Amino acid sequence: MSGDIIELIKENVIQGRVTRDDEGIEEGTIGQPGVTELIKEALASGVDVSDIINNGLTASMKVVGQKFENEEYYIPDMLASAEAVGAGMQLMEPYLAQSGVKPKGKVLIATVKGDLHEIGKNIVSILLRGAGYIVKDLGNDVETQDIVKAVREEKPDFLGLSALLTSTMVTMEDTIKALEENGLRDKVKIIIGGAPVSEEFAREIGADGYGADGFHAISVFENLSAGNSATP
Amino acid sequence: MPREGIFVNNPIERLSGGQVRQVHDASIEILNDPGLLCFNKNAAEIFQSHGAEVTTVSGSDTPCWTVKIPEKLVTDALEKAPKTVTLGARNPDNALIMKGDEARVFFITGSETNMWLDVDFPTYVNKSDPKKEIKVPEFKPRRGTMADLCDSAHVCEHLETVDGYIRTVNIQDKDITEDNKDVNKFFACLNNTTKHVMSGLTTLSQLDNVVKMAEIVAGGPDKLKENPVISFITCLVKSPLQFVDDTTETFMEVCKRGLPIVVSSSPQAGTSAPIKEAGIMAQINAEVLAGITLGQLVNRGTPVLYGSVPVRARMDTLGDSYGSIETSQYNIDCVQMARFYKLPNYSTSGVSDIKIPGQQSSIERLFSDIVVALSGPQFLHCAFGLLDCNSVFCLLQAVLDDAHFQMIKFFLKSPRINEKELETVKKQIREVVMTPQKMFINYIRPVMRSGEISPPYPFEGDGDSDSVFALANERLQELRAKPVEHIDPDTTARVFREIPGLLPRLNVYKGDK
Repeated sequence: MSGDIIELIKENVIQGRVTRDDEGIEEGTIGQPGVTELIKEALASGVDVSDIINNGLTASMKVVGQKFENEEYYIPDMLASAEAVGAGMQLMEPYLAQSGVKPKGKVLIATVKGDLHEIGKNIVSILLRGAGYIVKDLGNDVETQDIVKAVREEKPDFLGLSALLTSTMVTMEDTIKALEENGLRDKVKIIIGGAPVSEEFAREIGADGYGADGFHAISVFENLSAGNSATP
Repeated sequence: MPREGIFVNNPIERLSGGQVRQVHDASIEILNDPGLLCFNKNAAEIFQSHGAEVTTVSGSDTPCWTVKIPEKLVTDALEKAPKTVTLGARNPDNALIMKGDEARVFFITGSETNMWLDVDFPTYVNKSDPKKEIKVPEFKPRRGTMADLCDSAHVCEHLETVDGYIRTVNIQDKDITEDNKDVNKFFACLNNTTKHVMSGLTTLSQLDNVVKMAEIVAGGPDKLKENPVISFITCLVKSPLQFVDDTTETFMEVCKRGLPIVVSSSPQAGTSAPIKEAGIMAQINAEVLAGITLGQLVNRGTPVLYGSVPVRARMDTLGDSYGSIETSQYNIDCVQMARFYKLPNYSTSGVSDIKIPGQQSSIERLFSDIVVALSGPQFLHCAFGLLDCNSVFCLLQAVLDDAHFQMIKFFLKSPRINEKELETVKKQIREVVMTPQKMFINYIRPVMRSGEISPPYPFEGDGDSDSVFALANERLQELRAKPVEHIDPDTTARVFREIPGLLPRLNVYKGDK
């Protein structure tokens, strides 16, 4: 029973199906339970949370990653699978502590003050959740003081800052300074991203890392999680 | 199933209905005054026997007649000429069905260039930093050969958007003579592509050998009528308004055999035609109508294409300027004239003035390819690999052009907006707007796999480098490595037994027992 449902969860992550209403890559899947329904069923049946995470979600994302490398899958496929994993992880959050499974880290993410663009930030959020991080999305056009407050209260391991405009990228530097002024800078790793920013800019403003695109950003988070530099 | 080509839903038009009529009327008037100068006696006699006013031109070095064609002869011919022309192919799935009143475009190679352009990628080292090396394409022109023609036909067989094949290069091997050129060039094409093959004739004496060869390949004379695997193009008209002796004779002989033929005229605005659009249009239309009329008088029902290769003169050299904007305008006008007569049109685009592939070439050819294709000619020739105004052919350029035509074909797909689609997307919008991420990415996936999303440019480089030529060259080598679908051994043996003049080295089975 446990093996069957884990296998179904795995298949549905590969298909990128969050709920029963989602289309997969293969036809005829609509109406069949998606990842969230299957995880609810598994939890109700007492299936071990670590089993769901390790043999269902993590194992399936490895398959998805291989398919992406083989050019069988494209970015939308990766995102759909990551979204399915993220939704599953959210359902299991209350069970993580007792199961002994530790998330990779907690991330606060925001588009900075004055900037309404959030596609990039949303994509990174989905990918982070899919990779096993707990993500709290603060939204877009977020006041610097609100970011400082959230860092103080949520105690995240990482802060992701996004900007699309040359006029708002400077706010990233203001945010880092505000964290310094509040004694919080050394409590959190800061990764920035967005079209106008660069690795050089990240260094200039004192960020810990720079993500050139969604997938690169995940590798930066993973490197920093492992205690390495952002780009070893 | 024949090839689909691409249907142009709302073809662009430059001329109003009134302007089309005015051009037609002017052409009819020109055919009566001044009429044609005909250097072919048989043609002059045919015109005369059907009521044209024919007068011997005195004082001419070569025999010459003025032919004043009455309007009725032209209108009768336009009625008789088939409105649908089928160009067959060795592989029947590659046949082309061209309807004069349907804007369905087929993309064809052409024309016969003397020069073949090889490409190499030598490495250059930075003088100030020898560690820095770059590979730069180097183009080397040389005279075309039989091997090049076979190579080109084979590669074009595998280029997805090439619908038919006009020999791209003039074979200038030492063992090619005027007498054996026609049979060898037709065989080289037929043996290396299963698509339709069109060519001109070098000498009329070889017409029957070429037709016999096509009959053997098609499976017999009747099969060739049903599935004309070859067709011809003749430039019987020399602008302004002259019927050349030998090509007119060739044209009439092809018509007698009932095989498809292009009546082609290529006036140059500024030299052999008036520089003004009204002038070149009235003249080229008169020239093509005169050819169509002669063809129908020789053999009623001969399948003809309205062939237009108008071009503007360069102001600096008075040479052809295929890259000029006016050349595309004239071609679009001609497409409209052919459609007015409900005859399939043989049109021209994609030829650049520059001698080598590069930015100028890409700009000139893509411009004309887009606008002329949008006008909906049935047979769009010259569209692959031609440079230096039809003087140079480059296979690498043909591979690049294939990518252009894939874009154009995608662009010409009909919009999919209907009630069902709108219901689907309204549901998506309602759902997504209520989600935290507010993204439609999940809905991309089925669409992406259905072919509804245009593919990326196939020769896009990484990062900051422009690798177009290198990647296109890789693609070219992949295509060259693909198998060649030759004519079968028995048919090949029969062709070599019955058709004189074929070079033994073209027989790919000669070593087989």
